[in-house]
Amino acid sequence: MKNKKSKTEKTGNISRRGFLKGAGIAAAGTVIVGSGILISKPHSHEKDEKFVPGTISINMKVNGKIREMNIEPRTTLADALRSELHLTGTKVGCNRGACSACTVWIDGIPTLSCMTLAVEVGDREVTTIEGLAKDDRLHPVQEAFIEHDATQCGFCTPGMIMTAAHLLARNPSPTEDDVKKATSGNFCRCGTHPKVFAATLDAAHKA
Amino acid sequence: MNKFSWYDAASIEEAQKEVNATVSQTIQPDSPENAAVFKASGIDLLDLMKEGLSGPAKVVGIRNIPGLDEISFDPEKGLRVGAMVTLSQISGDDRIKANYLALHQAASRAATPQIRNMATLGGNLAQRTHCWYFRSKELVCFRKGSSTCFAHVGENENHAIMSYGYCVSIHSSSLATALMAFDSIVEIKDKDGKIRLVPIKNFFVLPTVDRTRENILEPGELMTAVILPAPKRNTVSYYIKMGSRKSQDWPMAEVAVVAELSGNVCKSVNVALGAAAPVPLISKLANDSITGKTITEATAAEAGRAAMQIALPLSENGYKIPVFQTIIKRALLAVV
Repeated sequence: MKNKKSKTEKTGNISRRGFLKGAGIAAAGTVIVGSGILISKPHSHEKDEKFVPGTISINMKVNGKIREMNIEPRTTLADALRSELHLTGTKVGCNRGACSACTVWIDGIPTLSCMTLAVEVGDREVTTIEGLAKDDRLHPVQEAFIEHDATQCGFCTPGMIMTAAHLLARNPSPTEDDVKKATSGNFCRCGTHPKVFAATLDAAHKA
Repeated sequence: MNKFSWYDAASIEEAQKEVNATVSQTIQPDSPENAAVFKASGIDLLDLMKEGLSGPAKVVGIRNIPGLDEISFDPEKGLRVGAMVTLSQISGDDRIKANYLALHQAASRAATPQIRNMATLGGNLAQRTHCWYFRSKELVCFRKGSSTCFAHVGENENHAIMSYGYCVSIHSSSLATALMAFDSIVEIKDKDGKIRLVPIKNFFVLPTVDRTRENILEPGELMTAVILPAPKRNTVSYYIKMGSRKSQDWPMAEVAVVAELSGNVCKSVNVALGAAAPVPLISKLANDSITGKTITEATAAEAGRAAMQIALPLSENGYKIPVFQTIIKRALLAVV
């Protein structure tokens, strides 16, 4: 790897994990080679065997907790959440960013987890559908979806709820048009949209 | 997606040192081995990689390079939008809405709310066409090195109606349509660190000039910003996208108008068309038709008809002509 020398020199004494964790704001770049070796510290005595071929170790803040996982650079956030952390509430529909079923929040902003690389999340915080309830109490949007029967097959529901909950966090008293615009990227093949709109508007009174 | 190594760049220079290919080069049959490419938000790149059209050996993330995601506005100097500014940042910026309405409208209507939260200005302008033959791994079309444009004899309802050669794809950037109407400048940093300022009409490349690319960026060159001239007095803009549905959809036709008015008289105008050709276009015919005239239902309709005089629709996209005529008329009427 031609970068090996310059990269290792630059990163100096930063520990591998701390470096990766802070890669988002690091002064120098991080390089992760395809074979899975992270080059950040030349004389590290950390447990290199943790880095199995093809994967790297990252820390990610998910639903308020720091989670450690081994991933490949090509692992999407959606795959990391579902396969590594077993947070299977996040659904992958089209896997191309067209259907928004995989919507999660990154630093509070609705983001497509299927079009985000896990390695790129850095020190930003991820919130999934599993993180929406507080102390065993469902989020008002979740309750309203149950009350209004706003789900049929349910595959779009987690993404739909993350989108609707974000709208209410930003705009506590939306119009139906606001709800339609906010959820315009969330596809529902079952056609539950009218109930989604009603549930979201109802939740607005309770959120 | 293929395996690749990941490089998280902290500066433009560092990123440029790593990158040795454009994404477009990786789509060609003679794609360089060990290609290293820029990745902004990656909406387009990951789509190409998931389809198997692009398989770079290294992906260089530029999200963490400071300074590329800023919007600055000076009423005297104009607007500067960093290449890593997201579409949501553009549509949510009050200065842009007040002074460059058509850009606000284009950014607000593109794709989905989630994609707008992620997709960047630079990535949006540099994205490849969404012609469904080009986007299919199974089909090696003219743009990907064969001698066949499948859209010519196939499903071409979304394709070009003018200024095409053999490839009849349309350019996919809605922001480009608005930025063309504003006579924007694309700021590019080359590998030697030199800044190039390119008028946006010279940024895009027709397939008749080079079928392997859609813009002038060379390997390692990074778009750093787009600059819009200061708003002139009495200059009004408007953008209309016509899709087949109200929610998320690609445009079947779109128009952006920037007009300098004296009362209701059009002193000068830029009518830009999107989803009409392989590159975003300024319709000189529409500009000439309406310039110097009072904008009325009749003169605006005449400008729409003038713009479509050079249309050569394909077997299934003749419907675009009346759609363009209508939205050109509506956009012109909207500025007075």
